[in-house]
Amino acid sequence: MKQLTHFLEGFGSAVQLLFQSARFVGTLPRQRARFIDQCYLIGYTTLPIVAILCFFMGSVLALQSGYSMENFGAKQFIGSLVGLSFARELGPVIVAILVAGRVGSAITAELASMKVYQEVDALVTMNIPPARILVLPRLAAVLVMMPVLAIIGNLIGWFGGAVVCKYVESIAIEPEAYFSALRRYMKFKDVGTGLMKAEIFGFVVVLICCSIGLNTRGGPREIGASVTKAVVVSLISILVLDYFVTKALM
Amino acid sequence: MNPPIHRNPITAVESPAVGVTIDGLTKNFGTFQALKNVSFTVEPGEIFVLMGPSGSGKSVLLKHIVGLEAATAGRVLINGQDATAEHTLERIRIALVFQAGALFNSLSVYDNLALYPREHRFGDEATIRDKVMRALQILSLENSARKFPSELSGGMRKRVAIARALVMEPQLMLYDEPTSELDPVMSATISEIIATLKDEYHVTTIVVSHDRELALGIADRVGILMGGELVFLGPPASLRQPADPLIADFFHPRIDLKNPRFKTLET
Ligand SMILES: Nc1ncnc2c1ncn2[C@@H]1O[C@H](COP(=O)(O)OP(=O)(O)OP(=O)(O)O)[C@@H](O)[C@H]1O
Ligand SMILES: [Mg+2]
Repeated sequence: MKQLTHFLEGFGSAVQLLFQSARFVGTLPRQRARFIDQCYLIGYTTLPIVAILCFFMGSVLALQSGYSMENFGAKQFIGSLVGLSFARELGPVIVAILVAGRVGSAITAELASMKVYQEVDALVTMNIPPARILVLPRLAAVLVMMPVLAIIGNLIGWFGGAVVCKYVESIAIEPEAYFSALRRYMKFKDVGTGLMKAEIFGFVVVLICCSIGLNTRGGPREIGASVTKAVVVSLISILVLDYFVTKALM
Repeated sequence: MNPPIHRNPITAVESPAVGVTIDGLTKNFGTFQALKNVSFTVEPGEIFVLMGPSGSGKSVLLKHIVGLEAATAGRVLINGQDATAEHTLERIRIALVFQAGALFNSLSVYDNLALYPREHRFGDEATIRDKVMRALQILSLENSARKFPSELSGGMRKRVAIARALVMEPQLMLYDEPTSELDPVMSATISEIIATLKDEYHVTTIVVSHDRELALGIADRVGILMGGELVFLGPPASLRQPADPLIADFFHPRIDLKNPRFKTLET
């Protein structure tokens, strides 16, 4: 029962924060510098880890499917399997999970420490709503960066699959065959669906992390607790949302 | 009597100076009563000094005035408007110098001061720069403009917090122990600033302080909180020879080596 009220409270304050930030959308052009800072933090600093993870996910996926599809003599479809899995599912989910772990945790830590050390209170007394300068630029930046990260993740994942297909002897499919299979069964809608999912996940993660950070009460210990909570709630939200969004976009 | 006129130094817009009414303010944190039915008014353009032992509820009271805490009972009115209402902060410029400074740790000293004028579009960067540098000069901080809060000493942080409040050109200025970490000369400077702001701009000021010099030197009226209750309210002159033994002890605590206080504590 207590858990449920906590959950509802948290959900309520996140939604409230969303509306508060939305009120200030008009100030975005003036906040260009903050927006670009956040794009850099969210996009550029997450890129290396996205690249590494997607490359190996693509490789493993190709390896596993090579092993199992051998039995049906369906090896030539590996390309489309890796391609579709990445575009529709793995790309967006991996990127969102990395953003939650890499960026979301940092956002919560920063905002929670601002809250605990009364910086947020100072903003409020200065009549500078925290939603305007702390939350809005981050939400805007994640909306811009998620599709970029997801597209790069997809390309690198596909590439990882191609490398495995070419160099693993038991599979031995040339890149031309791999990519032509990938292209044959891929519709624009598949990629679009994936990008849409990435967009939704990223937005929700940043909103959750901002909200939990700004609702931190107490001292330094609570900052750590907030970060843990933000990451856990983000990960659960990604996977739960994944099911419903996938179903809705089918 | 007409209220004194506050003139905004930037826009030169004139508005009546701000008055504060605290009406039966009570605050409970769980079962603990931090404020017990506190009532007083601060007249427009007045310097009100709030004193009291550590833990008596002074900082909590200031937070109620800026609307950061919601009262358990009673209310705070600023120019007749509820302090917790959102539009109060939009209409009336209130600056609070936090006891711990509350500087923005990710911004340099300069940007800490410039944030408010930039966000509220006081003018172009050059205008803002002039204002910021002037505030830094007043507090002898001009060489620290590029530093970050983590690179400052405690007293410097306090001065930055005061400078940041000055840049806001507030109608109502609240200081939470502005001189507690400052040397005597800087403390005197702060007292002079507070008095000047009152004389020239009719800034209404509430100062929480243990500093007797400051209280007796510049206060129009003094309030003393003890254990969340307002036990004294009156002109500073009457504090020179306080009648109440509790207040007398607070003001002139005698060091008694034969009978030290901590030994009289019950075990
Ligand atoms: N958020 C809070 N939760 C619980 N208790 C609090 C909270 N804030 C303050 N208190 C309690 O209220 C009392 C008054 O605190 P306050 O900070 O106002 O003291 P103060 O008069 O400013 O003291 P000092 O001179 O040491 O700054 C203290 O006993 C403190 O423990
Ligand atoms: Mg205090």
